[in-house]
Amino acid sequence: MSELMSDREIDRSKMKVSDEVAIEITNMNKWYGTFHVLRDINLTVNQGERIVIAGPSGSGKSTLIRCINRLEEHQEGSIVVDGTELTSDLKNIDKIRSEVGMCFQHFNLFPHLTILENCTLAPIWVRKTPRKEAEETAMHFLEKVKIPDQALKYPGQLSGGQQQRVAIARSLCMRPRIMLFDEPTSALDPEMIKEVLDTMIELAEEGMTMLCVTHEMGFARQVANRVIFMDQGQIVEQNEPEEFFNNPKSDRTKLFLSQILGH
Amino acid sequence: MSDTSFVRTEMLPEKDPPATSVGAIGWARANLFDGWFNSVLTILSLAFIWYVLAGVIPWVFQSVWNATSLTECREIMSETWGSTHGHACWGVINDRWLQLLYGFYPPYPVTPDVNAGDGTGMLPAYFRPNLAFVLLLVAISPVLFTNLPRKLLIVSAAYPFLMPWLMWGGSIWGPVMVAAGFGIGFLAYRIVNPLAGSLTAIIAAIFVPIIWWLTLAGPVAGVLEGIVSISIPEVESRRFGGFMLSILIGVVAIGCSLPIGIFLALGRQSDLLIVKSLCVGFIEFIRGVPLITLLFVASVLLNIFLPPGTEFDIILRVLIMVTLFAAAYMAEVIRGGLAALPKGQYEGADSLGLNYWQAQRLIIMPQALKISIPGIVSTFIGVFKDTTLVSIIGLLDPLGLSNAIRADAAWNGIYWELFAFIAVLFFVFCFSMSRYSMYLERKLHTGH
Ligand SMILES: Nc1ncnc2c1ncn2[C@@H]1O[C@H](COP(=O)(O)OP(=O)(O)O)[C@@H](O)[C@H]1O
Ligand SMILES: [Mg+2]
Repeated sequence: MSELMSDREIDRSKMKVSDEVAIEITNMNKWYGTFHVLRDINLTVNQGERIVIAGPSGSGKSTLIRCINRLEEHQEGSIVVDGTELTSDLKNIDKIRSEVGMCFQHFNLFPHLTILENCTLAPIWVRKTPRKEAEETAMHFLEKVKIPDQALKYPGQLSGGQQQRVAIARSLCMRPRIMLFDEPTSALDPEMIKEVLDTMIELAEEGMTMLCVTHEMGFARQVANRVIFMDQGQIVEQNEPEEFFNNPKSDRTKLFLSQILGH
Repeated sequence: MSDTSFVRTEMLPEKDPPATSVGAIGWARANLFDGWFNSVLTILSLAFIWYVLAGVIPWVFQSVWNATSLTECREIMSETWGSTHGHACWGVINDRWLQLLYGFYPPYPVTPDVNAGDGTGMLPAYFRPNLAFVLLLVAISPVLFTNLPRKLLIVSAAYPFLMPWLMWGGSIWGPVMVAAGFGIGFLAYRIVNPLAGSLTAIIAAIFVPIIWWLTLAGPVAGVLEGIVSISIPEVESRRFGGFMLSILIGVVAIGCSLPIGIFLALGRQSDLLIVKSLCVGFIEFIRGVPLITLLFVASVLLNIFLPPGTEFDIILRVLIMVTLFAAAYMAEVIRGGLAALPKGQYEGADSLGLNYWQAQRLIIMPQALKISIPGIVSTFIGVFKDTTLVSIIGLLDPLGLSNAIRADAAWNGIYWELFAFIAVLFFVFCFSMSRYSMYLERKLHTGH
């Protein structure tokens, strides 16, 4: 795994964790058929927290964060996002989805729409923002992720790193309070990983609440205020990054870290 | 000394490719005479093409255009070329082309209770079907070519109601009331949605208009006609025929089968068990029976089931059957497109908070339809050609007319010329559809 460290100092002035709870998961269980994929998950995320979720492949990391915006349905326990509980009520689901942004491993941009249209679609149709205003917002965020000049191209004409940054901008256009990332850099060539991580660091610096599934341990050390280690559908260990990396408690964590850091 | 080390001191200049690999000679060598086997095949193919053209070209061009019967044709052929063999008699087309195009549609329709002399009025012959055809081109052009002014879409929206009025005539209020049904359905959806949720609203949006059409639409149209009378002479369905009929059935079936097919394909993927089973049942039933059976049902059986005395227009019945038939195939073609979309597209749409219909309309369908273009257009072409089957239940499409024309003593025994003419006309339409689909695929290609 690459140990990419950002070359610049991180501005921590706005990275404040508030007391307000953003996500509260209590005794949550999920099954795929008879397969118990998430077991008794308890997790509280405060507004402004930056959490990195790590763990071996198949441990349920993706499933966990996909439950937070109901791309997957949980069967037991409760998930409360921003004060709204996730039930099968479609209104709640749409409300939560429009407040929680998500970036995927394979970007999931809409290939038949231009970059600008990708970014304005949800604000126009979900938030009912006037087109002009939505376009201004979109350009603002595209500038932020440093690709305003690609606005009229199609996703298929961009590199992977650029596409992932567009995906981030597309989520930001909905002005989310929470961002979820599911391995945003693992489908990218090494030279593109840094540009995406830099964008994510900038987001963290602005105080965004973030949950990232990632293997970028450099990013975790620099940005996260908590690292969660999952294995076999359970949260095995969670700690501040320094403690987590330098002084892991559980054997599973030690084994995982030794594999991923190549010691 | 090792000679594995090498440093180029001078860069090589660009050279022209050898003459044998470019230009006409290069092309022929690479594509036609590449080895003795290909060369033999090329020569054999050329000989075959020559043989076919040597027969067809004189038949088409050394032909008789001005004759009023097959006997006259043969006489002219014997006089001119000394034989009746190998020459076409296009006289039949010259003589009957209006019939082949319009069937028995009156060139100047008149109101039955008006004695309008010979009916020749201010308007040119076949004004109404011709206008309907021109308007058809205007109505589909903004749909086919997105760079045309969007205002033309008003014509497209009005066309489904205007066309039947132009073709069958009668009071304008009938089509207006049918159109009003759609407005009423939309209103019903808008009113019910906040009160009872979207599923109930969709059901209301389907059934309220149907009730309107079955009960109130007729009387209301009658009353309005009594107040402001806007009507044109009626033309009966049995007078429809020729290419006009093929195009009419083809256009209606093509135009209606696409939206119905989309809903069937979505219904087939639905989580609602009843919706899903209804759609699967419908699709599998329709695909399991030949179109001709459905047409027989339309022409004969429906009369048995409908209450006696019900007037249910034969063309309307055929239109419904052909449309349903095409829709079932369309649904499967579109389902293929839906299946080809990566799951990530649904997730991308969901994660942004788009609801089901928004996701379908803005994200899923545009891509699924794009993937399915070749299949959709093949279905269109198939449906258009299948319209010739209506001749079997007695409608006078071009094939039905060719039989009628042969039944006339003057043209008894003429086959090739009629079929060639019909084939050419069908080919023009089908080939245009095929070319358009290729244009569309190129235009919608957004990746690398
Ligand atoms: N849709 C699904 N149906 C059945 N099993 C699934 C499904 N998605 C994931 N799984 C299984 O659930 C487990 C956890 O998957 P996932 O959350 O994707 O793991 P991770 O992201 O940590 O690699 C894996 O064993 C995977 O095979
Ligand atoms: Mg995963």
